[in-house]
Amino acid sequence: MSRNAQNDHLTRLEQTSIHVFREAFANFRSVCMPWSMGKDSNVLIWLARKAFCGKIPFPLLHIDTTYEFPEMYEFREKAKVIHGIDLIVRVNEDAIRRGIGYATHDPVTVTHELKTVPFKAAIDEFKWDALVTGIRRDEDPTRAKERWFSPRSAEGNWDYKDQPPEFWGQFASSAPEGGHVRVQPLLEWTELDIWEYIRRENIPNPTLYFARDGKRFRSLGCHPITHPVDSPASNIDEVIEELKLTKTSERAGRAQDHVGRNSMQELRAKGFM
Amino acid sequence: MNTQSLSQPVSTSLPSVEDHRKMHVVVVGHVDHGKSTFVGRLLNDTDSLPNGKIEQVRKNCAIEGMEFEYAFLLDALIEEQEQNITIDTTRIFFRTKQRAYAIIDAPGHKEFLKNMVTGAASASAALLLIDAKEGVMDQSRRHAFLLSLLGVKQLVVLVNKMDLVDHSESTYQKIVAEYSAFLKTLGLNAVHFIPIAAKHGENVVDRSAKMAWWKGPTVTEALDNFAHEDDLTGLPLRLPVSDIYRFDHRRIIAGRVEAGAIRPGDELIFQPGGRRSTVRSFEDWPGPESRSVVGTGGSASVTLSEQIFVERGQVASHPANQPRVGREFRARIFWLGKEPLVQNKTYRLRLLTQNVDAVIAKIIKVTDASTLESKEAASVPRDSICEVIVRATRSIAYDLHSECPITGRFALEEGGRIHGGGIILDTVSKSEGPSGKVTASERGARAGHPPAVIWFTGLSGSGKSTIAEAVERRLFDAGRNVVRVDGDDLRVSLNRDLGFSAADRAESVRRASAVAGLFAGTGHLTLVTLIAPLAADRAKARAALANHTFIEVFVDAPLAVCESRDVKGLYAKARRGEIAEFTGISSPYEAPESPEVHIKTDKTSQEEAVDLVLSAIDKVLQGKGDDWEV
Repeated sequence: MSRNAQNDHLTRLEQTSIHVFREAFANFRSVCMPWSMGKDSNVLIWLARKAFCGKIPFPLLHIDTTYEFPEMYEFREKAKVIHGIDLIVRVNEDAIRRGIGYATHDPVTVTHELKTVPFKAAIDEFKWDALVTGIRRDEDPTRAKERWFSPRSAEGNWDYKDQPPEFWGQFASSAPEGGHVRVQPLLEWTELDIWEYIRRENIPNPTLYFARDGKRFRSLGCHPITHPVDSPASNIDEVIEELKLTKTSERAGRAQDHVGRNSMQELRAKGFM
Repeated sequence: MNTQSLSQPVSTSLPSVEDHRKMHVVVVGHVDHGKSTFVGRLLNDTDSLPNGKIEQVRKNCAIEGMEFEYAFLLDALIEEQEQNITIDTTRIFFRTKQRAYAIIDAPGHKEFLKNMVTGAASASAALLLIDAKEGVMDQSRRHAFLLSLLGVKQLVVLVNKMDLVDHSESTYQKIVAEYSAFLKTLGLNAVHFIPIAAKHGENVVDRSAKMAWWKGPTVTEALDNFAHEDDLTGLPLRLPVSDIYRFDHRRIIAGRVEAGAIRPGDELIFQPGGRRSTVRSFEDWPGPESRSVVGTGGSASVTLSEQIFVERGQVASHPANQPRVGREFRARIFWLGKEPLVQNKTYRLRLLTQNVDAVIAKIIKVTDASTLESKEAASVPRDSICEVIVRATRSIAYDLHSECPITGRFALEEGGRIHGGGIILDTVSKSEGPSGKVTASERGARAGHPPAVIWFTGLSGSGKSTIAEAVERRLFDAGRNVVRVDGDDLRVSLNRDLGFSAADRAESVRRASAVAGLFAGTGHLTLVTLIAPLAADRAKARAALANHTFIEVFVDAPLAVCESRDVKGLYAKARRGEIAEFTGISSPYEAPESPEVHIKTDKTSQEEAVDLVLSAIDKVLQGKGDDWEV
């Protein structure tokens, strides 16, 4: 494949994502972008800066479970400055006081308490009507039915059985009463697209994605339940080459996905991203 | 969790082939004409199934004592997904040597049409199956009609189950003749009619030995010859304005180029409105260099040489090649709403970034998508196709669908949800730009509602301003043109030469009605809060504003209550004799005898009061509908 064809493909994805960002910003009263500091999240920041000519005109939200890798906190502070991010950080202090944690509780409970609960509280607090997420259709079967603009009820529920039709670039333009709309600019991207774009644009990312001692992280979550995969890929070119050959799924290293057969669905029905 | 579900690519990698882009394909056709079998076979023959999947399904069939069928592969996938979540625009992936494909939407779902529309609108190509034995059926025609409306140009018809008609070329030819004649009436043209037997994999990936007479391509060969989509770069420039950014000193017009291309130095005209300026620069981040041209599909960030008024919804084009501007056109609509589409009802029309109220002025005919027979009707049921006259409440920029598809189509929305879509066939009124004085009805049409004056009268401290402010907020949030003229504000500005004498009060009421008249004349719902204690003065105001709807709201609070509130400290001053002729203390208040709205504040909550006023406004506006609508 020629380098040009590759660039065209990435440029087309990029330009579509920019359009989605701009339509969201024009349509909704109050936009926020949750930020996990992971690669997809960082690509989103980059795309937002392109969409808005350098400046991200809405806040980012980090739900801090307190179980992030130390490198991620360092990265957060660095990226905040580089991108000029207006950052809101929320921790479920109450759950932590109650002793909720990976040492004593199962991952689904912890994820719910430390991510979903403070996430919903932040939505209640700031009354955002649009949230920009880094969801991609290729990540998980439950994400394959997502739309560019996906309305969520006040309870955060997703009525996937009765989704609005979406065609000709016309998206759902208003949030349900008391609810919000998930805006998903990366819907059509694949994991490989993400990495090739990161390489092309030179987008800052945590170094945990690159192999140390024969292991690297392919997806980043809370450190007690996120496991590195065996890999010699120690730089971006090697990661891309590795992805072209891999047969395992991206989130294989994320324990909360594997507790029960339907754990992902369970988490998402409760408002998880 | 099964990480190798069929709904995902078998690996996240794409094949090392010529074309990196995944092509979206939609599979349609009459029920039982073999869509599932075909998709199952296609997945199998292109080696796109996860390891062990087919063996697993075969084993399950053996246990159940059933003969294995390729359709079960798809059923297994659907079942697998249904345990997780119900199907919507699911994608099924497969690949040829040439490139990767996504089949949008699994066949057979009961919300098929709604999802097919969503899927087909983003598909580059369609495969339509016809059962060779059964022939052309109802849905064979209906689906083609929808494809034609959605603009899917690349269509391959698969004449399936050829094994059931002895692989007969004459049977095949008969279907080709009948169906291509039908397609022609829709303006569609199938690239190929391929005879296949999906069950046996004949002409799917591998050539059929039993149909040696077929010299055309197999299904995958035909797919690999498809182009991704029409390149609209050769068309005239259409850049709908998405937003205006003023994050710093720059004023950037943001939008996506939907057709044509734009370069720095280009002269642009923004329609509707017709203002012109020149592209000064593209503000591409991160820079330092910006693009020298932005083509179709590209997002542009444009600064202009002149500071002209530009707003979301306008379409920028080159002056030599502009879109049409107007309010009325003939359109063909497909309707997916649960409630029928109704004549004379107002919907939200969305065309690119334009978003206006539009009335279905006339339903010309409702077409049976299968027989193409048309009949007149006053409403259009779900999943139907019709031809209508659409009348927008203000001018929009558009093209005919035949001239530029992307600016020639629109969605119809009600209650924040999209219920249908349409393509523009023709302009109705030839007289586009009315000339001369701007009339009140034109202003009303732009605002989407007629003007009115809502006059709040009552004692000082009765709560006039508080209620008026809340009413203003509600109207403003509902997208109404609304303005508030506050007596206290006037007293320190326009009326600062006036005191509280009877003569000065009369003059103050006269001036307030003049101001209200000006605002109402520009199409505003004008809220006036003024004590106006004398009935005669109020009668004069009503007479002066006779051209407009006048709603008198009496905010009726007992004097004792007003005095006890005394927010502005005026009652205390009046009692001390520091203000002469203060209404209620040293000057009379003549309560209105028959106000349109009477709010007794000791019996009515503020919320109820706001609702009372709003419903009075609504009633009047609705009753006036015919007067202002052109």
